[in-house]
Amino acid sequence: MNLTLHVWRQAGPNQPGKLEVYEAKHVSPDQSFLEMLDEVNEELIKGGKDPISFDHDCREGICGMCSQVINGVPHGGQDRTTVCQLHMRTFKDGDSIFIEPWRARAFPLLRDLVVDRTALDRIIESGGYTSCHTGGVADGNAILIPKPDAEYAMDAAECIGCGACVAGCPNGSAMLFTSAKVAQLAALPQGKAEAAQRVCAMTESMKENGFGNCTNHYECQAACPKGINVKFIAKLNREFQKSLFE
Amino acid sequence: MILDGKCPKGPIEQSWDKHRFDMKLVNPSNKRKYKILVVGTGLAGGAAAATLGELGYNVEAFCYQDSARRAHSIAAQGGINAAKAYPNDGDSIFRLFYDTIKGGDFRAREADVWRLAQVSNNIIDQCVAQGVPFARDYAGYLDNRSFGGAQVSRTFFARGQTGQQLLLGAYSAISRQIKAGTVKLFARTEMLDLVVVDGEAKGITVRDLVTGEIRTHVGDAVVLCTGGYVNVFYLSTNAMGCSVTANWRAHKKGAYFANPCYTQIHPTCIPQTGEHQSKLTLMSESLRNDGRCWAPKKQGDNRPPNEIPEEERDYYLERKYPSFGNLAPRDIASRAAKEQCDDNRGVGPGGRGVYLDFAASIKRLGEDTIRERYGNLFEMYEKITDENGYKVPMRIYPAPHYAMGGLWVDYNCESNVPGLFVLGEANFSVHGANRLGASALMQGLADGYFVIPYTIANYLVKTAPGKVKADNPECKKSLENVNTEMKKLLSINGKKTVSEFHRALGKIMWNNVGMARSEQSLKEAIKQIPVLREEFWQNVKVTGSGPELNQQLENAWRVADFLEFGELLAKDALHRDESCGGHFRVEHQMPDGEAKRDDENFCYAAAWEFKGVGKEPELHKEPLVFENVHLAVRSYK
Repeated sequence: MNLTLHVWRQAGPNQPGKLEVYEAKHVSPDQSFLEMLDEVNEELIKGGKDPISFDHDCREGICGMCSQVINGVPHGGQDRTTVCQLHMRTFKDGDSIFIEPWRARAFPLLRDLVVDRTALDRIIESGGYTSCHTGGVADGNAILIPKPDAEYAMDAAECIGCGACVAGCPNGSAMLFTSAKVAQLAALPQGKAEAAQRVCAMTESMKENGFGNCTNHYECQAACPKGINVKFIAKLNREFQKSLFE
Repeated sequence: MILDGKCPKGPIEQSWDKHRFDMKLVNPSNKRKYKILVVGTGLAGGAAAATLGELGYNVEAFCYQDSARRAHSIAAQGGINAAKAYPNDGDSIFRLFYDTIKGGDFRAREADVWRLAQVSNNIIDQCVAQGVPFARDYAGYLDNRSFGGAQVSRTFFARGQTGQQLLLGAYSAISRQIKAGTVKLFARTEMLDLVVVDGEAKGITVRDLVTGEIRTHVGDAVVLCTGGYVNVFYLSTNAMGCSVTANWRAHKKGAYFANPCYTQIHPTCIPQTGEHQSKLTLMSESLRNDGRCWAPKKQGDNRPPNEIPEEERDYYLERKYPSFGNLAPRDIASRAAKEQCDDNRGVGPGGRGVYLDFAASIKRLGEDTIRERYGNLFEMYEKITDENGYKVPMRIYPAPHYAMGGLWVDYNCESNVPGLFVLGEANFSVHGANRLGASALMQGLADGYFVIPYTIANYLVKTAPGKVKADNPECKKSLENVNTEMKKLLSINGKKTVSEFHRALGKIMWNNVGMARSEQSLKEAIKQIPVLREEFWQNVKVTGSGPELNQQLENAWRVADFLEFGELLAKDALHRDESCGGHFRVEHQMPDGEAKRDDENFCYAAAWEFKGVGKEPELHKEPLVFENVHLAVRSYK
């Protein structure tokens, strides 16, 4: 199939950017979206032009590096799928595709489709852990965690930290991201000791790092390639309220 | 030269405990005076940086990704081994040690493997304390599954994302240290040179991948946790950014490269669909717990799988290895799949595939149980192939996956360059010629959490903190070299792209140095690689400039190093005139096609010293001594 791409090009953080048009020819339905872009880039390079910069690494949907808004939807809108796992068979011959970077105040653009997501790391640094020192911990089976609790924690822990929730949110909020970590650790005995402190520190950090607040649009859940549920936001709110009484 | 692994003497059961006591310690108040540079933030690097930070050292950590949470350890699916023996099925530290030595086809050092098995139990406890949501039963106890190469259930897992969860555990630990101020993280930063001063590793030269700035960081020791090199095959299960660059640069500065020919080809990957393919995707070998591998008995059988009756299917692993069946080790399962395809009984496009069939298990356990165990893998398979694995058998084919070889290190994980430590997949130490499933995660975390924190102190006490300053002439020289190289890459302005060269190299490697190697094919590769390398430096086209975010330049550097390294890999494979584990020389096989070792002549680790690009490397040997496990023919029948 042949496609027309409208791709956001921007040479640097303080440079003007615009959508450029490229043709993608003879695209195979078995190609992934990024492999399609690879071929467009090969053509650009051979023509002496700068290829499109985009973040990617594992190309199997788990590292969370790839980050593109495709036709207005983070990761392209296929249910629970990262860009790298999106395959061209979901498009048809003659389609026009708009490709843009994550857009959010907390994610400054670096080049083309590459943005700076270190704000998410700073949220984790503020308290997204249990303060255990290496060594000197109890036997793994000394802490009993019934299957439903372990499963609940795992549902939250699946977050790959890609930032699609922020890009999809009209407020640029990182509430789904933050709540997933808060909920995972609050559900486990190991995380309970610091739960109150953690939820306060992480929500504070979210604010400080330029993320907006949550107004229940649930666009985050729709955009999340791992299907992280908004129920974790409710859990965060509950944990936050609980912390006020401690 | 004969290399000494500096293994502790005496009974192996006490070796690590005794060694820990014998090593020197750094006084707590002196620790902060030492700066340690940790390169890579996967399981080994993340665990090392976090733990060294906790101890009070001044740590600088580096990764090429935008965050310390993304290294390719994250993609490991199946699980992590430990000798907990929770299921009461006869497991023990000794059995894990034995299985790992045997699985590695008797080409690993006993003492290192013993230590790995010993600390494996601490790893599980540590990860649980961090909040890693391992699978549990309804009573709350940790759950286990079985894995290739073992007859006990010792694998701990977190759905199909064990690597992700363990890495996020290490990432949370490193994040805590970043906040505490003991670790400083440099993300989007790639190491391009090792700075060696008076024979000791004292710094690294890096490029900031956003601004393009090239600068040197000095420290008191350097810890490389930079992963494996199988992207030398171009198509592999590694992430796109995985490279040999950090290791190769260290090698060029004097560190020996050991056993580069030991590469693992993983049996359960999704077959290639066409020339456009940029990487191959692995599905956890835990699938082989419930999936049965088969190929049609008839050659060139084009019928859809569901129309091939039971009696016309060859469940070749169950037939050939009745006691291990579908759980035969990776090297054996991969070669068996290749055999079927070479015999014109492969399936799917190009006949490069075999079936992995869940029908029997679904009938026995129900689709829900299979979905609960492997749901994410079936989903991944469907996204890539557009086929439903619950309804039709999956198609699988082997793909390059893991590097057992790596920089040579002694028992302390220290290379022959004092002050340069190498952990995880980047070193060569514990997997011998073949790695068993669920052992990579174990090694990364063992090295990072429980080995380096002790062994690095033993080096540091011998060196004054802050001995080398940033204005050292070696730093300046290193900067100049990297800058010169960059200018050269950017000025060639040839006709072929970086990835065209990478693909061409990958073809040479896969066809000649892949799953089956012969003297002739290896000589062919050794002839072709320098020609391609020459062409690269004449005809590559790298767009853009240095001081900017330039992904073409990043790749050009990585491919340039692969073009040098590939030759060493082939030379090592040619020199190792035996078959063992993942290294299969067609000249050396048993009558039934199994790998035939030559213990008399090759029971050693081959460590190569760099002598210049295109020059013959010098071979150093470390003899391997087996005192606790007797050298025997590996059998999984």
